[in-house]
Amino acid sequence: MEFLDFLAGVLASPNYWFIVLRSTAPILLVTLGAVVCEKAGISNLSLEGSLLWAALVGVVVSAWTQNVWLGLAAGILASTLVAWTLGLFALRLDANPVLVGVALNLVSTGGTVFVLHALTGDKGISSSLDSKVLPFWTIPGVKDVPWVGQVFSGQNLVVYLSLVAVVVIGILLNKTVLGRRITAVGANPEAARSMGIDVALTKFLALTVSGLLAGLAGCFLSMGYTSNFTSGLSAGRGYVANAAQVVAGGTAVGSIFASLLFGMTDALATFLQNIGLPPELIQALPYAVTIVGFIVVTLLRDRRELARKRALTRVAS
Amino acid sequence: MADHRRGFFRTLGMFFTDRDRLEPAVISVLAGAFSLLAGVLLIAVASKNPGESIWNFLVGPVLRTYNLYYVMVMMVPITFAGLALCIVYQARYLTLIIDSTFYMGAVTAAAVGILWPLPPGLHPVVAMVVSGTVGGLIGMIPAVLKLKWRANELVSSIMLNYVFYFLGSCVIIYFLRDRNQTILASLPFLESFHLAKLIPNTQLHAGFLIAAALVVAVAVYLYRTKWGYQIRMVGANPRFAAYTGFSVAGVVLGAHFVSGFIGGVGGAVEMSGMYKAFIWQMDPSYAWDGVIVAMLARRNPKFVPVSALFLAYIRVGADFMSRRGDVAFEFITLVQGMIILILASDTIVNYFRTKRAQAQALRQEKA
Amino acid sequence: MAGPLLEAVDLTKVYDNGTAANKKVNLEVRAGEILGLVGENGAGKSTLMKVLYGEEAPTSGTLRWEGRPVAFASSQDAIRAGIGMVHQHFMLVHTLTLAENLVLGHEPRRPGTGFFDFEAAVKTCTDLAERYNLKVTPRARVADVSVSMRQKLEILKALYRGARILILDEPTAVLTPQETEELFAELRGFRDQGHTIVFISHKLPEIFALCDRVAVMRDGRLVATHALGDVDHQAVSNEMVGREVQLTLAKTPARPGEVLMTVRDLKYVDDFDVPVVNGIGFGLRAGEILGVVGVDGNGQSELVQLITGLTRPLSGTVTVGGKDLTGASPAAYRKAGVAHVAEDRMTVGAALGASIEDNLLADRYQSFVGPLGFLRRRAMNRRARELVEAFDIRCASERQSVGSLSGGNMQKVVVGREFTADARVLIVSQPTRGVDVGAIEFLHRRIVALRDQGKAVLLVSSDLQEVLALADAVMVLHQGKVTAYFPDAAAATDRELGLYMLGLKRQDDDQIRGVFHG
Repeated sequence: MEFLDFLAGVLASPNYWFIVLRSTAPILLVTLGAVVCEKAGISNLSLEGSLLWAALVGVVVSAWTQNVWLGLAAGILASTLVAWTLGLFALRLDANPVLVGVALNLVSTGGTVFVLHALTGDKGISSSLDSKVLPFWTIPGVKDVPWVGQVFSGQNLVVYLSLVAVVVIGILLNKTVLGRRITAVGANPEAARSMGIDVALTKFLALTVSGLLAGLAGCFLSMGYTSNFTSGLSAGRGYVANAAQVVAGGTAVGSIFASLLFGMTDALATFLQNIGLPPELIQALPYAVTIVGFIVVTLLRDRRELARKRALTRVAS
Repeated sequence: MADHRRGFFRTLGMFFTDRDRLEPAVISVLAGAFSLLAGVLLIAVASKNPGESIWNFLVGPVLRTYNLYYVMVMMVPITFAGLALCIVYQARYLTLIIDSTFYMGAVTAAAVGILWPLPPGLHPVVAMVVSGTVGGLIGMIPAVLKLKWRANELVSSIMLNYVFYFLGSCVIIYFLRDRNQTILASLPFLESFHLAKLIPNTQLHAGFLIAAALVVAVAVYLYRTKWGYQIRMVGANPRFAAYTGFSVAGVVLGAHFVSGFIGGVGGAVEMSGMYKAFIWQMDPSYAWDGVIVAMLARRNPKFVPVSALFLAYIRVGADFMSRRGDVAFEFITLVQGMIILILASDTIVNYFRTKRAQAQALRQEKA
Repeated sequence: MAGPLLEAVDLTKVYDNGTAANKKVNLEVRAGEILGLVGENGAGKSTLMKVLYGEEAPTSGTLRWEGRPVAFASSQDAIRAGIGMVHQHFMLVHTLTLAENLVLGHEPRRPGTGFFDFEAAVKTCTDLAERYNLKVTPRARVADVSVSMRQKLEILKALYRGARILILDEPTAVLTPQETEELFAELRGFRDQGHTIVFISHKLPEIFALCDRVAVMRDGRLVATHALGDVDHQAVSNEMVGREVQLTLAKTPARPGEVLMTVRDLKYVDDFDVPVVNGIGFGLRAGEILGVVGVDGNGQSELVQLITGLTRPLSGTVTVGGKDLTGASPAAYRKAGVAHVAEDRMTVGAALGASIEDNLLADRYQSFVGPLGFLRRRAMNRRARELVEAFDIRCASERQSVGSLSGGNMQKVVVGREFTADARVLIVSQPTRGVDVGAIEFLHRRIVALRDQGKAVLLVSSDLQEVLALADAVMVLHQGKVTAYFPDAAAATDRELGLYMLGLKRQDDDQIRGVFHG
């Protein structure tokens, strides 16, 4: 009973939801990218690597140029290059996209530490770099609204951008020509090819979109969420996005719910620590929840599909 | 047919004339060499003393006997990981759950080593069996998720690795912790738990022999027992396997149990061979080494030792170089990643085969 | 215009595996006509169309468009020239709407934003549909509309891209009789508007109802072209199916025993929502070869899968030796003594990456397991070598991978396994497809020998001659049902069978019921 009271208290506090938004934002961005790639029929498992390189390059460039925007741009570029490498190997050299994605992640986990060390002599954390931080905004008007203001105002720019991204990706998938082609290429590449669509190019563009989004998320991790690059900064978020993408069901709006699943449990972790639950258990919670979410969603979908097929046979006989 | 004259020399000869067998080996060697070259170039760029760094990297491991022993010691967990992955890879499942099975195997072994007094010799063996069982059960989870809910085994195993890492740490912290230590460490292992050292005053422990024995055991398992046969058939073509009467799900689950068992034992061996207490501050993660070994060895346990040697060698070389120079140890992940990328690209891997097939088709058309 | 619109001159197509699908075909397609193209499966119709449509390049010979020689590098070139094709398996994206599918690749954009202009697509679709009098609902998703409407969309797609020639590949396979009528009216409308139609089908009544001329293909050659007024069904049927009887097999008469497998009222709906197996039933007797004939696509392949455990039927029963095995696994079927020579040796019948030895013994490896689970490799090796010799499999060693064998040898591996399995019932599907003539004779003799040993054999083959030579009794499948049963195969001629296969004749129920043998 006490625990439930505690839980209710947490869920009611605007502070909790502030943290939820902050935790959800990077996952949301990467998940949107994963959704786009999946729709185009190319699994992008290199998102973890994209996050890491974006985080590192953003920090390094912003420190060198003392300009946070240049850092952001460079980070996004780095992240997109990772996605392009995946495209090169998977689309031109006929490699298994899953293996390539994971190999790129491996390279990125070590490679970022290596490059950081080579450039600055820092091992594991970019403490010697005076990197910049993306701005936090207080929204006049909103900030004075009780409860809501505490949740939505004062967040980092990227958090707001992530919400905008949902709209942008939604528009991309539903209203643009590219979006239509992505759907076609992912659903029936043969048909798309027969209509003259360049399947590989479309997949490549999908990868680019995911690279851009992951770049934004990665820069946020090292220039907003924290203000340093640390090794292991991404903490598996790329893989979480790959699992969340299944839960999202291929829509931009679905991505919000899927990401919230992770964000809410992640934010909960900070609060649960106060009541004495082992922190390790809490840290594992978001990953466990994502797996469970994935299973539940797949189970429900399978059931729906089975019912549909059964209905068809009743009609046929 | 002159089958009774079949023997070592004929087999060796076939190795050179049977392109099916030779090409994969050549590709593996080329992939390793190319990646190594890339690594060397990277050092040249990143280091202020490229000559010295490269020398340390490439030759370091043989410069001191201590290093050589370290290479052998390093081969042990890599071999376990490689073997575990060869097995599931033969069934065409790419799962990285070896991290969890290894780590939880180590945790379980630590528990056995601390809490369960047993006679020496028996103690580590019991630990291995218990750890293996735990590993086997964990190892089956991604397979279950894939069979029942079509979950990609790679993604699910990676996420489970996070879960089990935290779970394992939990166990150490809350049940086995040594409060007198400043860093996170468990209570010391009982004396009876330790594996004998093969060479005194070095780190080389009996685990090396266990790993060697396991290579033989897994090779026999995969190629001479019915279970290995089942795994290879299911991996070769699951539809064919179902059609000829195999129970595909049963075979897959069995393979994952065995693979997880090996991972668990690997963790136990590390504990009882190398340490006096559980002092891992983070997940040692041999999953990637396992993948690379399995790919280089073309899923055949026979070639795991040489692949493990290669990986251990470059690891130790990189470590040696990083201690003496200005290149971070992590650069090795670039070499590793490059190997995977090359071996994953079908176009590259099948390059020779494709050329041969095309030439053959052209010849047939002229005929 | 003087000459034909599209012409194939001495067109030959030989595939990489040596199959000569088209042999010196000379075809003329005249402007403003409806040309029917008929032939059995394997006659070369699909290949010819693929060449005309640019999906395949001819090995030799030329294509002429409007009198000038052309070479199509891809189907895009053919489309640009004005050739449109409606495939048998539609090229549609099911999650998008009809309008979107129509404009895919040339999507209209809104001025200003550059977004996809859905309304413009709908308008294009509606206008086009009106112009050609095809009833479609542009705003509906492809997944939600009938097969007939999907086909209309495929036709619209071709017309949208400016097709002057429309090639339709077996278009009525998925239509009801009423929808077929509708389609014919539409096609006649196109012809009257100046388009040309090539109508590929094996349903003679439709050809006769719709076409102006008919071209007949057989064994990769174009054997005849007629104006429809000049011929009747029988003549065309003979040309399609009639052949010199090449193989005379000395065969003792069958001595059928008890019924080993009974199938009743099997039903199955495929992924395209078509009821491919629509109530098939029969009895298979020991010591008898029951041949199954029918034009490909009338349920034979699916039937085989249903009675060997590879697919679960929607309804109906399969009983083997008294045991109900409906929906059981392939392992259960094998255990009950049912062996199965799979139709598709590349993806099901063999594991290409595994060795010949492993492929040969995959169903019986359990008998080579010694104590402790070890395989008796030497015994396996010996047995494999015996089988290789017995079935004359040409290979360097049994350790060789099956994938490196020729098609014929690969088939011998499959057959070598199944014919020597401990089985009382053999389901044999397309056993000699892609096998050289010498081996065919060998395999045929083996099948008869198996029958003489008292095994029940179900022989499914699209090679009518093969069935007539081997089978003791013959059953005809048409549109997922048994439409004829001949207890004495010798009494049925290929011409007569052809009529049943093409759906021109149907036995009455009493005659068909004979297939159950009580």
